Amino acid sequence: MKKLLIYLKDYKKESILAPAFKLLEALFDLFTPILVANIINTGINTKDTTYIFHQFLFLIAFALIGLSCSIVAQYYASKSAVGFTTKLRQALFDHIQSLSYTEIDTLTPDTFITRLTSDCNQIQNGLNLALRLLLRSPFIVFGAMIASFLINVKIAWIFVVTIVLLLIVVFSIMLISIPLFKKVQKALEKVLSLTRENLTGVRVIRAFRKEQDEVKEFNNANTAYTKQNEFVGKISALMNPLTYAIINIATILLIQKGAIQVNLGNLAQGDVVALYNYMAQIVVELIKLASLIITIDKSIACAERVQSILDVNTSISYPAETKEASSKDAITFDHVCFQYASASEESLHDISFSINKGQTLGIIGATGAGKSTIVNLIPRFYDATHGIVSIDGINVKDYTKEDLIKKIGVVPQKAVLFAGSIRDNMKIGNENATDEEIWNALQLAQAKEVVEGKDGQLDYMIEQNGRNLSGGQKQRLTIARAFVKNPEIIVLDDSASALDFATDAKLRAALQTIHKTTVIVSQRTSSIKHADLILVLDDGNLVGKGTHEELMKNCHVYQEIYYSQFPEEKPADFKMEALA
Amino acid sequence: MKTVIKVLHQIQKQKWFVALSILLASVTVVLTLYAPILFGDAIDYLITKGNVDFSSLTEILSKLFFMIVLTGVLTWIMNVINNHVTFHVVKNIRSSAIERIQVLPLKYLDAHSTGDIVSRIIADAEQLSDGLLLGFTQLFTGIITIFVTLYFMFSKSIWITLLVLVCTPVSFLVARFIATHSYTMFKKQSETRGKETALIEEMVGNAKIVKAFGYENNASDAFRTINTDLCEYSQKATFYSSLTNPCTRAVNNVIYALVALIGAYLILHDQLTVGGLSILLSYANQYMKPFNDISSVVTELQNAMACAERIFSFMETDTEVEETSKTLQECNGSVSIQDVSFRYDEAKPLIEDFNLEVNPGMRIALVGPTGCGKTTFINLLMRFYDVRTGTICIDGENIKDLTRHSVRSCYGMVLQETWLKEGTVKDNLIFGKENASEEEIIHACKEAHSWEFIKKLPKQLDTYITEDTLSAGQKQLLCITRVMLALPAMLILDEATSAIDTRTELQIQNAFDTLMKGRTSFIVAHRLSTIRNADVILVMKDGKIIESGNHESLMVKKGFYEKLYSSQFVIPEKI
Repeated sequence: MKKLLIYLKDYKKESILAPAFKLLEALFDLFTPILVANIINTGINTKDTTYIFHQFLFLIAFALIGLSCSIVAQYYASKSAVGFTTKLRQALFDHIQSLSYTEIDTLTPDTFITRLTSDCNQIQNGLNLALRLLLRSPFIVFGAMIASFLINVKIAWIFVVTIVLLLIVVFSIMLISIPLFKKVQKALEKVLSLTRENLTGVRVIRAFRKEQDEVKEFNNANTAYTKQNEFVGKISALMNPLTYAIINIATILLIQKGAIQVNLGNLAQGDVVALYNYMAQIVVELIKLASLIITIDKSIACAERVQSILDVNTSISYPAETKEASSKDAITFDHVCFQYASASEESLHDISFSINKGQTLGIIGATGAGKSTIVNLIPRFYDATHGIVSIDGINVKDYTKEDLIKKIGVVPQKAVLFAGSIRDNMKIGNENATDEEIWNALQLAQAKEVVEGKDGQLDYMIEQNGRNLSGGQKQRLTIARAFVKNPEIIVLDDSASALDFATDAKLRAALQTIHKTTVIVSQRTSSIKHADLILVLDDGNLVGKGTHEELMKNCHVYQEIYYSQFPEEKPADFKMEALA
Repeated sequence: MKTVIKVLHQIQKQKWFVALSILLASVTVVLTLYAPILFGDAIDYLITKGNVDFSSLTEILSKLFFMIVLTGVLTWIMNVINNHVTFHVVKNIRSSAIERIQVLPLKYLDAHSTGDIVSRIIADAEQLSDGLLLGFTQLFTGIITIFVTLYFMFSKSIWITLLVLVCTPVSFLVARFIATHSYTMFKKQSETRGKETALIEEMVGNAKIVKAFGYENNASDAFRTINTDLCEYSQKATFYSSLTNPCTRAVNNVIYALVALIGAYLILHDQLTVGGLSILLSYANQYMKPFNDISSVVTELQNAMACAERIFSFMETDTEVEETSKTLQECNGSVSIQDVSFRYDEAKPLIEDFNLEVNPGMRIALVGPTGCGKTTFINLLMRFYDVRTGTICIDGENIKDLTRHSVRSCYGMVLQETWLKEGTVKDNLIFGKENASEEEIIHACKEAHSWEFIKKLPKQLDTYITEDTLSAGQKQLLCITRVMLALPAMLILDEATSAIDTRTELQIQNAFDTLMKGRTSFIVAHRLSTIRNADVILVMKDGKIIESGNHESLMVKKGFYEKLYSSQFVIPEKI
């Protein structure tokens, strides 16, 4: 938490002036009851109308000075709180950009988004309120108490006891109800998830005729939620009546004791009015303070969450210079193992293979077999837990980040395009690409007609998440985007799945013409059948390695996959293994 | 206005509580406001040294004490009642909403996103509850407070009260002035914030893509531009809006000073006492509060009404009515479809002139391009939707003459989306047969080939499963087991294997084969390998059956089916 304060550095002046001016305003607020007491004690008793008028002018002057102090305070507070949050948000955004895939996996993008948006906003609100009110409320409470001591010491003890009592009541109600509110929130989440379940499962529920059971289950959760809510409501509803009773009973005592002092001549009537007014100020400020503390508490929790992200450092560091290349092998895996940070088991065990420049590597296997994992090790999105991954004979760890990224063009499984023109999207990996280069890439990726069919062609604006494109169109554009980079190695991570078989085949034919090292991940045997080397993965193990013909002879898993897709070629005596 | 009446109608069940709450509110407000008067009177008894009327003072103070304790207790009871009323209104709304979901036509549910309906039932209902609570607690007490305060103030001093009445609108005007002027900044702020959130979702949500293309710095630069704009608008919006409180407070302070000044003059002319002044001073402060409260309550209530409207519009959608109570005693599994037509949209014909005779035990496969009406056909079989014209008969009975439950009990259904409840494996399996014994369940698991993985789960049948406990293949096996346990007469498999890879599909094929043995089955598939063994393959295009027959005869025919089949399995040889 404290580390976040460095972002407040540029707003030192504002962060000090805001509460300072707020205290000044509070001071003038505190003078008001004294001025009124003066009017009653001196003005009325001596019937001095000019004195009364002077006190009135003081009251007006104090109101106006208070207002200007407050305006100054609000100005500095908003400047500082918003400025601080802006810097923090930028720092957080930049930091997230520096993290590697491992951290992105563990923390998840959704978490980042929440931190950057709602958490940062909450911090801004909290800081803004804290700068304005955190000092003001206690100041008024204790100011009122000190003022009461100045007026009459014998009565002032009522203030001390009252303040202590109020503090106890306000804070114990808060302390008791906050954890209960969390429980209520949980109960509400149950209601929410059941509602969603009823909607997403509507066909199944109706098919099994379970409508009434679902209603019953929902009603149970709904009743539980309502009961908890009512229970917490009963406790938090104590706040107002209790503070009301305490402050008024204190006032009764004040008048009773005041009466004795007035009777003895130690206190004037106007002083009793002043004390009475101070009492009223105290309760207002204490309740403000309580709600302020809730807000600040929430903000601190948000700040801690933001801090915890800033504390995470990227697990991948790059050298300052790339070593000289010296091999005809494009990609080599040497006894590579890999385990995801959050996983309990290895996702890849002891994988070794190598392919030459210009060759095609095919990777096949069931979902979760580790196909994408292998591919992600090549551009060093993750570091192998054991073994060495090399490109052009050099360990990927000996490349600078720029050199490594430049070498490899990845087409990920999920076709993601950004809001902006097609041209902007194409240039993401290569800012200097000319329109001609882009068109060539589009042609290769079988995406030329997609772009030609759009208004404005390369200037066609893609909406957020590519909403205005079909799945196949997006996929082809992401393939083209990788070509625009003009990398040495092209990686297609199951990226042809949204393409029909014919386009897929044309794409593969086009790939052959550019003679680049190509890695194709697929579930379709037809997509990788012609690769120079095929890796067959099963549950993280390399269970087959070779060409299609070789694998059809010696790899059972490959045969199973192949026959599942080409059943008419399946020999009668071929047996499938059961699902583990 | 209609919405208000509907909300009131919902509250009606709680009318005695509401009446009590209103009564309590009136009593507590009067007591709360009467207290300062008694305090003022008490102060009037302390005049000067040796001139204090202790007996009257004690009397008035004990009266006050009693009043205060009473007010405290009554306020608490009132709050509890208000909580009770609003929470129960919302609870009942939610309950009937869920009952509603069960009987709403799928046509409605399919057309509305789950997120939208969930947000109506959860978020909107919550907002309504908050709004109602605030409305109850503050609107009513606020109004009473204003009138009672005015009454008490007039009773003390007409002139000061008139002064306060004249000055009050100033504070309103100030607040209004600030609100209108900060509005433009707030609008700019929320627009920019929206843009920033979109950028965050794009660049951070797809952080991996950004990294893969080395686009991090560009992303940071784009963010910086928006973030700087946001900073400026946000600073202004925050500053302008934070002026409301100090400004209204300043106006109040001026009013306060005026009351003190005029009060003092009135005292000098014996038209007011010191206690009276202290009452007026404290009222001058309090009098403003309900106005501020009411204006915020009104916005809150408007908001709540908007939410209520969204909930009610959901609640008032027409539901499916059960017109018959006839049920099918036993189902043999013969289905006859005659001249069926169906349209989701009256202007767009989807299924036209659909005819099909299915004998018990037959295996029917439906293939065709996306949008050709395969899934719609399943919807009609299950009576999720009703046919437009024509008839569908099970064992000779028109399904329109049977209850929906009776029709659905004839089928077991496995869908592409493997919907499982949050709960244990067992909870999910007994979905179709509540009283199944442990042996029956395990037997079904073995039949469906799911026992092999279930027995490896930490608590076997009692393992609690959530979204990501199981793999897609395992989930599908559970769905198959679920149907296996219920033993329906007929089966519907709608794209049941399209979410899993082909090898896993082959591995669970055995489970399907066991399930389909001897049962009339309808299979929808886009992978043609799945349906080669069907007795009849119906090739659909644009809502019509364009070819039918078994795999061999269709291949020989060299029609649409043959083309579909080849495009999936034959690779252009030029590579």
